[in-house]
Amino acid sequence: MARFSTASEIASGVRSGSLKASDVLERHLAEIDAREPEIHAFNLVMATSARERAAAVDAMVANGVDPGPLAGVPVALKDNMCTSGVPTTCSSKILDGWKPPYDGTVVSLLRQAGAVVVGKTNLDEFAMGSSTENSAFGPTRNPLDTDLVPGGSSGGSAAAVAAGFSALSFGSDTGGSIRQPAALCGVVGVKPTYGRVSRYGLIAFASSLDQIGPFTHTVADAALAMQVVCGHDPHDSTSIPDPLPDYSELLDRGVEGLKVGRITDLPEGADADVAERVEQAFEVLAANGATIVDVEVPAFTYGLTAYYIIAPAEASSNLARYDGVRYGLRVDAPDTNAMYSATRAAGFGDEVKRRILLGTYALSAGYYDAYYGKALRIRRLMAQDFANAYQQADVLLTPSSPSVAFPFGSKTADPFAMYLCDTYTIPSNLTGEPGISVPFGTGLDGLPVGVQVLAPALGEPLMLQVAAELERAAVTLEKRGAS
Amino acid sequence: MSDRLTNDVVVKVARLARLDLTAAEIERATEKLGDMLDHFADIDALDLSAIEPMNQPLPIVNVMRDDVVQPCLDHDEVLASAPQSEDGRFRVPPIIGIQG
Repeated sequence: MARFSTASEIASGVRSGSLKASDVLERHLAEIDAREPEIHAFNLVMATSARERAAAVDAMVANGVDPGPLAGVPVALKDNMCTSGVPTTCSSKILDGWKPPYDGTVVSLLRQAGAVVVGKTNLDEFAMGSSTENSAFGPTRNPLDTDLVPGGSSGGSAAAVAAGFSALSFGSDTGGSIRQPAALCGVVGVKPTYGRVSRYGLIAFASSLDQIGPFTHTVADAALAMQVVCGHDPHDSTSIPDPLPDYSELLDRGVEGLKVGRITDLPEGADADVAERVEQAFEVLAANGATIVDVEVPAFTYGLTAYYIIAPAEASSNLARYDGVRYGLRVDAPDTNAMYSATRAAGFGDEVKRRILLGTYALSAGYYDAYYGKALRIRRLMAQDFANAYQQADVLLTPSSPSVAFPFGSKTADPFAMYLCDTYTIPSNLTGEPGISVPFGTGLDGLPVGVQVLAPALGEPLMLQVAAELERAAVTLEKRGAS
Repeated sequence: MSDRLTNDVVVKVARLARLDLTAAEIERATEKLGDMLDHFADIDALDLSAIEPMNQPLPIVNVMRDDVVQPCLDHDEVLASAPQSEDGRFRVPPIIGIQG
């Protein structure tokens, strides 16, 4: 695989004057020109505004002004993050023609930090899917093998980093939509603690589960990106006010003395090649001084059901706003009710309609207690089980995805087969705890395998510390394999 | 919840969700949603009556601030995004309509 510059290398080069942001940008735009037609990572490439922005960053450096910690770093944004005056589609026809009148908080923070936004990336419509096949604008292809999906729903953002279109990208993770595509594209992906990154300007899918996070080439880049986008925001009532730690501080510390949990009752379903790599990850951490402890998370197995009730329930409510009145598509009809129904029928794709129906059903009179009410109780059980596990272990290790990247169409006929992709990532969305997928060797056909490190709420520094150790070990393994 | 989902229920839910579905879409949705509900049967037997529901991950306290006027979105800019507007307002078809 091509070796692309990391965000850390670019930012330090631009800040010191040894690199020009404009040159860095042109290199990335050249990669986009060369491969974007076959990959389709982007709904929109913003070459003109990116060039202006890169020139402005260079001018700041020339004038002795520090552009910030992400100086000149080309960044791609999932197209469900509001960008002022720039179309934001959620890869849905229902937002046709809409340009947000404001920037989301993450977008503002990235600009303030000197980053250069290169484009808006493709996703499963409204972030509902695990393969980016549900986009109204066509699928994104995996840069490592274009016959395969990149994962989803943030498939465009994962592909953008993997293909060298941007050094950094952002996605949103409601049930694994950052960690699973990161695993399938061989990059690092982080879902921070719920509330750590402001959701202001992130178009809502399931508000109690959604969280923005970065895709990067390295764990150090993830730490750098989180230092910029994490923090309290008065515009988000679920934003955490606690002060930020230094996310890079523990990266070189190793894992000596840490307790790494193995979930003994983890749901089955991971392919043998993936399971083997996860096993190897445990061995590597043990060899480097960590203690492996067995823990139980009995509710883990009910996560998928709880999630596929709660997320559609919240979505059915959140997506009620797309009614053809204030923005986006409208299909004319003689009265408002008919107009709402016709607009929504024409604007939403099959999977979105399916989840709206499922969520509306789960919330409707007569079914509420059996489905939604019960799912919320499983959610509590899940939180309690993880809290118990974290009494015994500092972090937990699981696969990020049950399989490596899979072919187009292989899971589209059966929605539940697609939902199983999220088996190992969903629980941390239900509990609000952080998770990271870090590339760790390869499986079937030489495709990347992602190992997931889970930590308790606000445990990102520890989580990144363990991920960094796995990253170092993966490099060693690769060298050994190559020799 | 072992009763198999019927077309009639899906028609009702689609009306609640303001989704104008074709007969073929209703048919397909009934089948797919029925399959989903079958998968959800794994929680049927759980007795969770002693567990409190958890609506969202973190404890939240109500945040209060003084009621001070702050800048907000530009009126014209917002209306420019609307499918139809008139006299500074969103224009919609008749609300009391002819729907049966």
